[in-house]
Amino acid sequence: MSRVRVLVGTRKGAFVLSADGNRDRWEVSGPHFAGWEIYHLKGSPADPDRLFASQSSGWSGQVIQRSDDGGSSWEAVGNQFSYDGMPGTHQWYDGTPHPWEFERVWHLEPSLDDPDTVYAGVEDAALFRSTDGGQAWEELPGLRGHASGPFWQPGAGGMCLHTLILDPATSGRMFAAISAAGVFRSDDGGQSWRPVNRGLQSEGIPDSDAEVGHCVHRLAMHPSRPEVLFMQKHWDVMRSDDAGESWREVSGNLPTDFGFPIDVHAHEPDTVYVVPITSDALHYPPDGRLRVYRSRTGGDDWEPLAKGLPQEHCYVNVLRDAMAVDSLDSCGIYFGTTGGQVYVSPDAGDSWQPIVHDLPAVLSVEVQTLP
Amino acid sequence: MIRVVLPAHLRALASISGETELDIAGPVTQRTVLDALEARYPALRGTIRGHDSGKRRAFIRFFACEQDLSHQDPDAPLPGPVASGAEPYLIVGAMAGG
Repeated sequence: MSRVRVLVGTRKGAFVLSADGNRDRWEVSGPHFAGWEIYHLKGSPADPDRLFASQSSGWSGQVIQRSDDGGSSWEAVGNQFSYDGMPGTHQWYDGTPHPWEFERVWHLEPSLDDPDTVYAGVEDAALFRSTDGGQAWEELPGLRGHASGPFWQPGAGGMCLHTLILDPATSGRMFAAISAAGVFRSDDGGQSWRPVNRGLQSEGIPDSDAEVGHCVHRLAMHPSRPEVLFMQKHWDVMRSDDAGESWREVSGNLPTDFGFPIDVHAHEPDTVYVVPITSDALHYPPDGRLRVYRSRTGGDDWEPLAKGLPQEHCYVNVLRDAMAVDSLDSCGIYFGTTGGQVYVSPDAGDSWQPIVHDLPAVLSVEVQTLP
Repeated sequence: MIRVVLPAHLRALASISGETELDIAGPVTQRTVLDALEARYPALRGTIRGHDSGKRRAFIRFFACEQDLSHQDPDAPLPGPVASGAEPYLIVGAMAGG
């Protein structure tokens, strides 16, 4: 029977949650790297036992950990993230120039086919790549060096490159999302980039439909249909049918279109999940009721999914990297909360159970489907 | 023999239990101690001093012999009791955060 391994990054360590395909009895391992912030862990699609983890702290900075045995043991690998050339400046919160300063790795994206290659999205926003299993890191400077770079500004959480999607069908194509700059696409393996934000409207910036400056919270793609992208923006849920060339709003009947994560069902490219959050000022579910919303029509029409989720006095948030799906026949959906719960739905969202209740605040959730 | 005490998070990162002891050839300074420490425990590189700047990270402090050495010249000789091994060189996480 297939198994699943859920990789959970929290404010105070990493946890690995394992179960067989029934997903009803769980083994919990951790905390790994206790006391450190684990922004993200992810396994290599080319070698599922190879995992990468971003470990950081305000005292001791950034560490990258690698496991070659599915998380049983770990080795600290390279942690030198030096910007290419003279870093220059971007805009600070008050609009003044501010030097680019490496703060942390938000997101690790292993190559689809080479277990030694992994990308890192960092704060201040830039993209790095390692081709030796995480030992040495090199910036792909074409992204930060885009002509708009000096005008990028941080979102409230910092100026982070938080999402990187590798197109499985078009060689060299990848999408990066930066708060608060927007979406950028490369068609040459990350050497050069251009913004792809046409159709986005953001009231919080001086020019609401500017080419850059949008606070994109998360992107999602189904691998069978890589030209279709879904986006949870600061406000608005968006869809592109042309690999980001244009976007249209698909918020439809959502109770609020503010939120952070968005993901796509493993077998149904038009089934999409979001977690509506009250507003930019109130980072908790509307009315204290935690509900995932599912669209089976690629957006616009959404249904609430509440069975098994707290429906009163719930004031947690679900962060942008804290939702994932498995690829078992009955697709499992997972998300973690700032209150330390990790929920699973083994039936595509119809019902939910907590796997764990009381972890530190959850920063990220990834899942691996294993034979 | 120089005795070095690390904060718990860094001991865990470097798989050290208790104090660690370093042999330093030549002058015993904060720089030579940290160079030797990082050479023996590569996982500590970048966690005490910045990779590029070589400067102490903002929330790391260096103490010895009841003195705060954090702001002293990294190439200044360490106190005699540290150089002789009578007293440890303390690398401390500043009191901040939670």
